[in-house]
Amino acid sequence: MSHVLSLLVEDKPGLLTRVAGLFARRGFNIESLAVGKSEIHGLSRITVVVDVEELPLEQVTKQLNKLVNVIKVVELDQAQTVQREHMLIKVRADNTTRSQILEATNLFRARIVDVTADALVIEVTGDTAKTQALLRVIEPYGIKEIAQSGLLAIGRGSKSITERIFKN
Amino acid sequence: MSTESIPVPHASPTTSKSKAQAPEILTGSGALLRSLELLGITDVFGYPGGAIIPFYDELMSSHTSIRHILVRHEQGAGHAAEGYAASSGRVGVCIATSGPGATNLVTAIADAHMDSVPLIAITGQVFSTSMGTDAFQEVDIVGITMPVTKHSFLVTKPEDVPATIAAAYLIATTGRPGPVLLDITKDAQQNSAPFHWPPKVDLPGYHPVTKAHGKQIQAAAHLLAEAKRPVLYVGGGVIRSGASAKLLELAEATGAPVVTTLMARGAFPDSHKQHLGMPGMHGTVPAVLAIQESDLLISLGARFDDRVTGKASEFAPNAKVVHVDIDPAEISKIRVADVPIVGDAKDVIADLTVAYMDAIKKNKPDISEWWTRLDYLLNEYPLGFEEPEDGLLSPQSVIQRIGELTGPEGVYTAGVGQHQMWAAQFIKYERPNAFVNSGGAGTMGFGIPAAMGAKVAQPDRTVWAIDGDGSFQMTNQELATCTLNQIPIKVALINNSSLGMVRQWQTMFYEGRHSFTDLNTGANTVRVPDFIKLAEAYGCLAIRVTKPEEVDAAIILANETNDRPVVIEFVVSSDAMVWPMVPQGTGNSSVQYARDHAPKWEAE
Repeated sequence: MSHVLSLLVEDKPGLLTRVAGLFARRGFNIESLAVGKSEIHGLSRITVVVDVEELPLEQVTKQLNKLVNVIKVVELDQAQTVQREHMLIKVRADNTTRSQILEATNLFRARIVDVTADALVIEVTGDTAKTQALLRVIEPYGIKEIAQSGLLAIGRGSKSITERIFKN
Repeated sequence: MSTESIPVPHASPTTSKSKAQAPEILTGSGALLRSLELLGITDVFGYPGGAIIPFYDELMSSHTSIRHILVRHEQGAGHAAEGYAASSGRVGVCIATSGPGATNLVTAIADAHMDSVPLIAITGQVFSTSMGTDAFQEVDIVGITMPVTKHSFLVTKPEDVPATIAAAYLIATTGRPGPVLLDITKDAQQNSAPFHWPPKVDLPGYHPVTKAHGKQIQAAAHLLAEAKRPVLYVGGGVIRSGASAKLLELAEATGAPVVTTLMARGAFPDSHKQHLGMPGMHGTVPAVLAIQESDLLISLGARFDDRVTGKASEFAPNAKVVHVDIDPAEISKIRVADVPIVGDAKDVIADLTVAYMDAIKKNKPDISEWWTRLDYLLNEYPLGFEEPEDGLLSPQSVIQRIGELTGPEGVYTAGVGQHQMWAAQFIKYERPNAFVNSGGAGTMGFGIPAAMGAKVAQPDRTVWAIDGDGSFQMTNQELATCTLNQIPIKVALINNSSLGMVRQWQTMFYEGRHSFTDLNTGANTVRVPDFIKLAEAYGCLAIRVTKPEEVDAAIILANETNDRPVVIEFVVSSDAMVWPMVPQGTGNSSVQYARDHAPKWEAE
């Protein structure tokens, strides 16, 4: 089962290696990884999707918490969070197929960000189900290349993870 | 964000001076030395090289209170620092240069990581401007050691030295202790910066838990008060925490039997009537079966290692588990705990005793039936051994005599293999930190350098390295260090001319095919090397013992010789085996008392 973990970490050299190495050596498979700055200077946020059962998940979380540069690890509940993936798709498109692809793109509220005589680049944002659905529709036209971000996730409502940590 | 307090620095004339005036300007290496002094470090083990010369230049200073011991191999420095730490409870420090110097420390760092030894490893690194260019003697030691350190630091600026070394000290010594690596570039050692002490240590992600939840303690106490067959399963955490006295109180309050793992030998006195011995693959039958038959396992600073549990799914099948550990990640890692307690063993055990006394006010538990069973096991299956049939010495008997003639105040280190198990079984430990060995990593060659470190930490104690002929040949070069630095350790070289533990497995599980386990050092072989000549070449008193009647005299002579190291080569039988044994991958209920001799089962 997939779980989404949000890690607040110190922005230190080698941090990503420490996190990724921990997953690798303890035998946990990272499905998706997204890293970027957080709202606090010097701290980054890592969003990891990991496919494990409940008990090993607890072990991953505890091991991550032991990393000195990891400040907080939170599992994000699917129902209580907004989750987004970002994908760029380069698809074959000529005069006969372009309008059909365009139509599909619009239906998915995706955008065309580059057009040439024989190809289009589609930009789509959404949860995994949406991006995968668009891919299935586009696939028959001939996908040339895909670039995809890791899953990003944030809790719904006004509370923030950092507030909870630093209020004391 | 929290700022952890750093250890109270030792009083030093230099601090009061620097307070009044503008901060002193020191080179990075000067700051490193000063910081170590202020942290109370008195002994370090190391080996110089190009990238650490600036620090070695400082070490030569006549003002320093730090004793540096020049080893003969960096691995020796690492294990010596471990032996120093494990025998005294103080942090161990080892130093090496960049590249191969640093990689030679890796085994010791990994060993310290497995056995939770507080260790600071300091390595020189090439100039920060050369890093990443495959410069001479450059390796990414921070990267290499990431999986085997509690944490690691790269320092590239002299002004970062004091805070980094203070952070390293804090991390290594608090919570679950462990190794911390400090990699310092040569320019950071050479350049200068103002020296501030105490520095601000900013570790927002480091909060070791020490005080446990009261509710969990209550729950554990109630289970203990109701248990019919409780067992206190004691691990190395009790020793690291200094919780032995508290453990004795808990044990005597509850009357429960105690087992001590390989890492916990000495945490509870072997002479105590509630002590069943060591559990695990080569544990005593009473200890192994008590766990198997128990209804409540109170795990104190132990981690359900596979050498203790055997097949984990068959371990203590009817027991509820209370798991006390300072590291939350150990709890429910192998065995799901019914009552998880995160905290320092010393505090938790004390609280548990109080809560237990409270819980039994109404009705006193009766575990006399349990003791009837345990007493039967103790009487029926004591530890023992048979004299070998080939006329050579019995290794168990030799090791037992060393313990008896040296006594519980001695420190005993071991290499890895059969001799290590016999040292755990046949020396009687009465106090914590008396037995120092490589449990988790199983590092051959640990014995001699660890003994050297232990002797430096505790010069007034008699320190024995119980070694094997395989382990001895991995690190015996440190005998030169011992001789030259007046570190008179005693080495009992249990020479069975083979890699005995592997040979035992080959005998038992590989149809006697002794593939590459013969070392040709013992009786009726070419004896390469001649251990007596080798030990004498290093300036040791060397004694070869081949007959039982010579054993005591040699041990007594060794104990009386303190002007140089002593090596006694005991030429023992290679047929001796470690018993009891639980074959790997089987449940502990299949423990064999001796070959093809399984204990009788209690009729349920």
